[in-house]
Amino acid sequence: MDFGEGVLRDVNVTLVDAKVGDYVLVHAGYAIQTVDKEDALETLALWKEILAAEKEQGS
Amino acid sequence: MAEKLRFRDPELAKEIVQKIREVTPKDETVKFCHVCGTHEWTITHYGLRSLLPRNVEVIAGPGCPVCIVPAAEIDEAVQLAQKGVVITCFGDVLRVPGSHMSLLEAKAEGADVRVVYGVSDAVEMAVREQDKEFAFFAVGFETTAPSTAVEALGNPPGNFSFLVSHRLIPPAMELLLGVGDLNISGFIAPGHVSAIIGMKPYELFPRVYRMPTVVAGFEPIDVLMGIYMLLKQHAEGTARLENEYARVVKWEGNPKALEMMERAFAVTGGNWRGIGRLPDSALKLREELVAYDAREKFGVHVKQGKDILLGCECHLVIIGKIKPNECPMFMKACTPAKPIGACMVSSEGTCRVWAKTAAAQAVSQ
Repeated sequence: MDFGEGVLRDVNVTLVDAKVGDYVLVHAGYAIQTVDKEDALETLALWKEILAAEKEQGS
Repeated sequence: MAEKLRFRDPELAKEIVQKIREVTPKDETVKFCHVCGTHEWTITHYGLRSLLPRNVEVIAGPGCPVCIVPAAEIDEAVQLAQKGVVITCFGDVLRVPGSHMSLLEAKAEGADVRVVYGVSDAVEMAVREQDKEFAFFAVGFETTAPSTAVEALGNPPGNFSFLVSHRLIPPAMELLLGVGDLNISGFIAPGHVSAIIGMKPYELFPRVYRMPTVVAGFEPIDVLMGIYMLLKQHAEGTARLENEYARVVKWEGNPKALEMMERAFAVTGGNWRGIGRLPDSALKLREELVAYDAREKFGVHVKQGKDILLGCECHLVIIGKIKPNECPMFMKACTPAKPIGACMVSSEGTCRVWAKTAAAQAVSQ
């Protein structure tokens, strides 16, 4: 597992369905969730939606 | 990720802060509570409290897994170490005070206490050193418990056992609602605990207690967004369960992790430092894994310990009743270099988080 900036370490992936190349959330040496780019982009969309909804209501 | 993600974008932060101002009530104080050491770190490190209107407060509940380990369980670890069992633990646990001494003090007196990054490192040590008994001091909330479950179910070597001190977050949140004058208007639920347990365990907060609850991530924008979502619910007079951290937290959580926890542990009552006994708030190894239970294997059972030293206000800091700087010992008798209470020991402890930021501000001034 590559933690970024050259930090490499073995991580136990028993708790997730991850394959080589996936991003995972690691806690104390164990991957506890997979995180994909689409999910991350969805968050950004969600933020926009929440902020925009307010704007519409306000206008 | 190639795309520039905006989790720390100051412009977006400004936009959210503006929105927060718009929905904040003029005539009342609104208090939200988080239950996660990492949330406290984000809030303090990025100075998020200074961005909020004066009548919006964010307090820290019992979110530091190391701080709430009762002295009796530190005493059990110390006793095991003194019996010659190699104690493996997370670094944060070393200096947490027991009734008589910490694990670090036991180590100074000759006990074999080793810091590990995770439980798998401890198992590896036991495999390499077959002539010694090893115990892993399994501290942590639902984020850490699955890793203990993986190893407990994975046929650990015969010279390995677990001193299980895991605790569960939802019962602690429920306790806070019973604390008379805390007057919380909403919960910021912890992101990584929720990555495991999902959203369902929080349903009772809006439904039974009419308490707005938002699961939030750990970037500054996540936390601001979570606060905004809570304020909006407050303004609408509704109580819902919402998920700000959808990129990591799924409704069902992590089913694989939950299944392994279920197979390895039974839920039981447990003591929390500074809080007392909470029903259904702790984990213990199931009957079929009792051979790996360090308490049973070595006959170590400490019923009661000395949790809070005279003058220490950790019990009030842990439930968010006072801020660290309201404790008379904060940064006087009790400092990161010489901590007195558990909240100053762990990097997730509220006092420790505040102390580090106070020190950084002092340097920059």
